[in-house]
Amino acid sequence: MSHISPIIGIEVHVELTTKSKMFCGCPADHFGKSPNTQTCPVCLGLPGTLPVPNQQAIEDTIKIGLALNCEVNENTHFDRKQYFYPDLPKGYQISQYDQPLCKDGFLTLDSGKKIRLLRVHLEEDTGKLTHRVIPSAVEGSLSGKVSLIDFNRSGVPLVEIVSQPDLASTAEAKEYLKKIHAIVRELGVTSADMEKGQMRLEPTVNLDINGHFTPLVELKNINSFNFATQAIDYEIERQLAEFEKTGLEKQGSNKSTRGYDSVKKTTFPQRQKEEAKDYRYFPEPDIPPLVISPTVVEEIRKNLPQLPQAIIGELIALGVKPADAQIVSGDQQAVKVIKTHRDLDQAKLASLIVNKKIDLSADIKPQFARLTQIGETDTAKLAPVIDRVLTENPKIVADYKKGKLTVLGFLIGQVRRTAKDADAKTVSALLVEKLK
Amino acid sequence: MNKQIHELSVVELIRGLEDRHFSSVEIVKHYLDRINRYNSELNAFLYVNEDAIKQAEKIDKEIANGNKKPLLGIPLAVKDNFLTVGLPTTASSLVLKGYYPQFESTVTKRLLSAGAIILGKTNMDAWAHGSSTETSQYGPTLNPWNLGHLPGGSSGGSAAAVAAQLVPVAIGSETAGSVRQPAAWCGVTGFKPTYGRVSRYGVIAMASSTDSPGPIARNVEDAALVISAIAGADPYDATSSSKEVEKYHQLLKRKNLKGIKIALVKEYLLPTMRTEVKTLIHNAVKHLESLGAKVEEISLLDPKYAIGVYTVVMRSEVSSNLARFDGIRYGNGREMFGDEAKRRIMLGTYTLSAGYYEAYYKKAVAVRTKIVSEFENTFKEYDAYIGAVSPGPALKLGATKNEPMFGEMQDILVEPSSLAGLTGAGVPCGFVDGLPIGLQITGNQFEETKILDIAHLYQQTTEFNKFPEKYQK
Repeated sequence: MSHISPIIGIEVHVELTTKSKMFCGCPADHFGKSPNTQTCPVCLGLPGTLPVPNQQAIEDTIKIGLALNCEVNENTHFDRKQYFYPDLPKGYQISQYDQPLCKDGFLTLDSGKKIRLLRVHLEEDTGKLTHRVIPSAVEGSLSGKVSLIDFNRSGVPLVEIVSQPDLASTAEAKEYLKKIHAIVRELGVTSADMEKGQMRLEPTVNLDINGHFTPLVELKNINSFNFATQAIDYEIERQLAEFEKTGLEKQGSNKSTRGYDSVKKTTFPQRQKEEAKDYRYFPEPDIPPLVISPTVVEEIRKNLPQLPQAIIGELIALGVKPADAQIVSGDQQAVKVIKTHRDLDQAKLASLIVNKKIDLSADIKPQFARLTQIGETDTAKLAPVIDRVLTENPKIVADYKKGKLTVLGFLIGQVRRTAKDADAKTVSALLVEKLK
Repeated sequence: MNKQIHELSVVELIRGLEDRHFSSVEIVKHYLDRINRYNSELNAFLYVNEDAIKQAEKIDKEIANGNKKPLLGIPLAVKDNFLTVGLPTTASSLVLKGYYPQFESTVTKRLLSAGAIILGKTNMDAWAHGSSTETSQYGPTLNPWNLGHLPGGSSGGSAAAVAAQLVPVAIGSETAGSVRQPAAWCGVTGFKPTYGRVSRYGVIAMASSTDSPGPIARNVEDAALVISAIAGADPYDATSSSKEVEKYHQLLKRKNLKGIKIALVKEYLLPTMRTEVKTLIHNAVKHLESLGAKVEEISLLDPKYAIGVYTVVMRSEVSSNLARFDGIRYGNGREMFGDEAKRRIMLGTYTLSAGYYEAYYKKAVAVRTKIVSEFENTFKEYDAYIGAVSPGPALKLGATKNEPMFGEMQDILVEPSSLAGLTGAGVPCGFVDGLPIGLQITGNQFEETKILDIAHLYQQTTEFNKFPEKYQK
């Protein structure tokens, strides 16, 4: 009936795994730590405290920016983003507004499509709120509904990677996210462990329906790729249905925020998104403007590790199957093994590694030889075993010959009871040959 | 020695301690007595350190052991916006009533490690919002020269305490005039270091981009001694400068001002200014010339523009800095904010708001850049510029009523220098209506030594450095 095309942009938040927090000396690693044990006056926002930026976090952000083909701003600064929330003890978050550390990058999908990146900036994480019901009251203590605040996360360095709305399908969104995840991990700046909340995803979705645009919806704080794709899928359906019912189109003021319920697999409305202008951004006067010299940027660029995309390309050039290249690219040791064994069939070697037949910590060549020669040397060894199994199971053989091909599995099993390390495929081929 | 303890400067007290003329305990007791006697009428101190005598006893042992530290055994007072462990810190606000800090401010930490004893916390305009100490939520401080008048502010308690000789030296903080203006109104010496010369860590922020802690002292030499002790890079303050700190008090060597070029800013002799004040400034010019300085009249941007810029920048920063007092922490709700703080929060929120940011904050920042470059040019040719600190002498109690721009009007002549982060001294240069008038000698960033040296010579060769009769005994 009509042309419907999703328009998706994604904000990815990545917690850096620096030693200390963004603006103080407290440890940045907060996962599973007892609440409020990793705090100090600075990250509690007490009066009189001042932020001192973490050099490593700034360098790590530049690394991410460079890996995503961004331009590094020579002149940059922090800004205060002001809003009231109980997990924000200063009443503002130190972030970056008009001069992010990195801007105007891109990431290339496998299809060759370039997803433009608006910016990569550095900010501080907030504290963590837990809403609980305390059932039975000890006299004089809290009971009923309470909100508890843990400031261990307050001030942890957080990098925000913002894409342009260039993603046109859920599949593209998922690929984009997986690539970002692989890159930041390869850079060694974060573990990006989704389960620990070290990587949080915020897709913004709307639809182009024959040139009519549905209102923007920002999906907040999603912590898995699957939830992100499910949420986007749901939004696409929901927005389409809503548009058909109401005909409501995108305006400057009707952007909304929704959460994702992973149990019901639906999105639900959250507080109305405040417009950027309401945050009353202004330059953080407690931190002098940063000047990032081109020589520093070049130094960082020189020391960047090879990134997944480049590794995959290199492996494919060696003859490795694209699917295998994709899988091993995240494993530095495997990549090294494949690249250094130029005298072997590298495609086959990669495939053996993917299928976990090779012990990377042991000598590679004998393993490779054994696994690849099995077809020839073992045919002779297997022949008597196969003959015996066929003689011992006349009924099964008869069934097979009548066309009940599924019994082949049983026969393979029988053979492999004797020839324990025989390859199933080889055995199967030999059996089929014999049974002709 | 035939002078009483409270008539001695810090430098003289140190000599007296070294020569065993008196002990630190004696000095502390002497001042505690005076605080007991006079503070109820002046309201200069909010809190007095109960442990001061015990601390002095310890220090006397150190002195006996031959320990040497720059301020060993010297009691001093600290403005109530410096965090002091064990002493309440409220910034004269009710929002922070009963607040005991978890850590020591860098300034007081350095003073303590230099051997000083904090005698107490002094009254101020609440949150440092004002130039009268009348916005304090613990009652105003009175001017020791005339109890019907204001001491100035926001460091009014510190200035009054030094003027009434309740303490030999006190620490204030200046965002724009808050050290120099109360010092001028109370007839004592105020010194504002370059922005970033003294750490702001542990000072309850007013306007982060101009806040500068500084001493209020009996004379320039004492101010220089204290600055030497508190200045220097601080790993906890990213805006602090790593430039080397000089021993300023040992560098006050000028016997004349030959080779020194001083600018008299025409626009700072405001048309509304009383003739008597202008006369005192012209007298100061003559005196500086008689010391060998070359003084020339120059023209700078009308200071009224600095008021505009400062009002917008400072209110914007204030609205942000006070956001943490959201009623969730610190025990007291937002309804405890006084009217002045509320006005500043509202105005600052407005100037940062959508659509107004460009019109106000951004424009203010642009004009600020112009002010800075104008000063840069001035200091290419001149070593310092001079003018009055404040347009007139101390105003009467209640003068701030219905005057929301009171502070700006009293600080108009020092606000440009604060916006540019300059350093400047304020020293007494005469009296009008029996109330002291202050002369500002202002120099380029990090020219502390030069400015202190000129101010010191001026003070040494003039007769205006006096204390009110009433508190001589």
